[in-house]
Amino acid sequence: MHFDSLSDFFAMGGHAFYVWWSYGITFVLLITLTVVSVIKRKSLLTQIAQQHEHEKKLKQMRKDKKKNES
Amino acid sequence: MWKWLHPYAKPERSYQLASTLLPWFAISSVILLTIGVVWGLAFAPSEAYQKEYYRIIYIHVPAATLSMSVYMAMATAVLISMVWQLKLADATAAALAPVGATLTTIALITGAIWGAPSWGTSWVWDARLTSYLILLFLYLGVIALNNAFDDKALASRAAGILTLVGVVNIPIIKYSVEWWNTLHQTATISKFDSPSMSTEMLWPLLINITGFAFMIGTLTLIRFKNEVLARNSMRPWVIELATKEGIK
Amino acid sequence: MTPLDHQSLNYTPLSYGQLFMKVMNRDLKVAIHNKGDILNPLIFLVIVITLFPLGIGPETNLLTRIAPGIIWVAALLSALLSLERLFKNDFIDGSLEQMLLSPQPLFIMVLAKITAHWLLTGLPILIIAPLLGLMLHMEPLAYPALMITLAIGTPVLSLIGAIGVALTVGLKKGGVLLSLLILPLYIPLLIFATGAIEAASLGMPYGSHLAIISALLIGAITLSPFAVSSALRVSTN
Repeated sequence: MHFDSLSDFFAMGGHAFYVWWSYGITFVLLITLTVVSVIKRKSLLTQIAQQHEHEKKLKQMRKDKKKNES
Repeated sequence: MWKWLHPYAKPERSYQLASTLLPWFAISSVILLTIGVVWGLAFAPSEAYQKEYYRIIYIHVPAATLSMSVYMAMATAVLISMVWQLKLADATAAALAPVGATLTTIALITGAIWGAPSWGTSWVWDARLTSYLILLFLYLGVIALNNAFDDKALASRAAGILTLVGVVNIPIIKYSVEWWNTLHQTATISKFDSPSMSTEMLWPLLINITGFAFMIGTLTLIRFKNEVLARNSMRPWVIELATKEGIK
Repeated sequence: MTPLDHQSLNYTPLSYGQLFMKVMNRDLKVAIHNKGDILNPLIFLVIVITLFPLGIGPETNLLTRIAPGIIWVAALLSALLSLERLFKNDFIDGSLEQMLLSPQPLFIMVLAKITAHWLLTGLPILIIAPLLGLMLHMEPLAYPALMITLAIGTPVLSLIGAIGVALTVGLKKGGVLLSLLILPLYIPLLIFATGAIEAASLGMPYGSHLAIISALLIGAITLSPFAVSSALRVSTN
């Protein structure tokens, strides 16, 4: 290891602010994009399923209506 | 020779392929990035002039180099979709845009943070910086256009036209900005002159670039799967998947 | 206003020149009916130019230095303002669709419409530009450069802008999106144009800048109508 101690490592030779901020922001941005993408998949699937259910109900209703009429 | 490719023009097959590839890409990127970041942050020697804060290079350079490649990949996908009318290429292009925009943002932000100690200022109207800022604007335009249409296929075609116009413009922007910069700039900025990086510094960088590439692959695959689902929402296999996973 | 009169039953093939003139004349006639469309961007331009000395302070030296940039940025913005009418009305009343359906080459018609747009918006900017230079105490040496860059630069604004308008014409909230799409593409033009004027005001040769702006113009004339045509096909679906 290049640094003598852990506190040395975190201090980054007095430039901790710059180093940790840039790594932190990168990490946060990438995680955000990942999470958003994964959540989108869930919501998409729910939406598609709901739409399908809705259409099924509509079909059923139409069938029932026809039965009642005849 | 091309026969083995044909089945993948079917959305379902491609979706499955993306699903099988996804964990491998994800695992490779996590492993590579962990190694690269830890090596870069803790084990690589410090730089002569910049001491420790040069370590920003291990995320800045991968993000910057790959953000341009992602744009070219997006343009290639658009071209494929226009020439061969391949709908999956549209999905790929739409999946790539937010990933590229995020990478460009990372490159700009880390660059600004890095600039503060090394140049004494976070932002200079340097040729590189300006052209990356414009690249970000191009990405944002493509994303905005992708979201502006209700019809996904239509949105892709519109965004595709803009992507190609952007490709024509990227070299023009690059050279214009470079020229503009040299014409106007009076104070020369001492740039980080790396006297051909030592191998101990270079290795983590190369590992991180590969790790970033795999991570881009992972994110693109996730988003590609979403796009395929959204574009094929009326297909039986999607509905089956949705009823299985969607409502719980 | 009838959309395009060559669509009558006794259809006779038009030469490219005739077609170009017909489409252009039609657009010019329509524009003369609503004069506000031409005048408002111009008034906007003058007001923006007026705002700068008020905001920065009337210090002559400073104004002289930043005049080329201000004039060009204001010209960009006013072009942006006027762009929407390039296809919007035609889209609403359906004549755009007629144009796409007609057997005539779309390339020529699009080019004619863009030319008409430039005549209505770019040319007036060119005419009042010396006045704007005067308001900002521009360096006397720089006037020829200002005029020449505007003369070859404003058509590029119309040509590139047309792509953005064609992409957004079918959208309800296309206006803001339009500026997001095309302003980045305007940057090279802005850089070279202001570079030329600046060089001229220092008494330096600016031929190379002009050559590049001309190259941009030629490139835009050849490529932009194709992009506009396919974008219109997407927008009208």
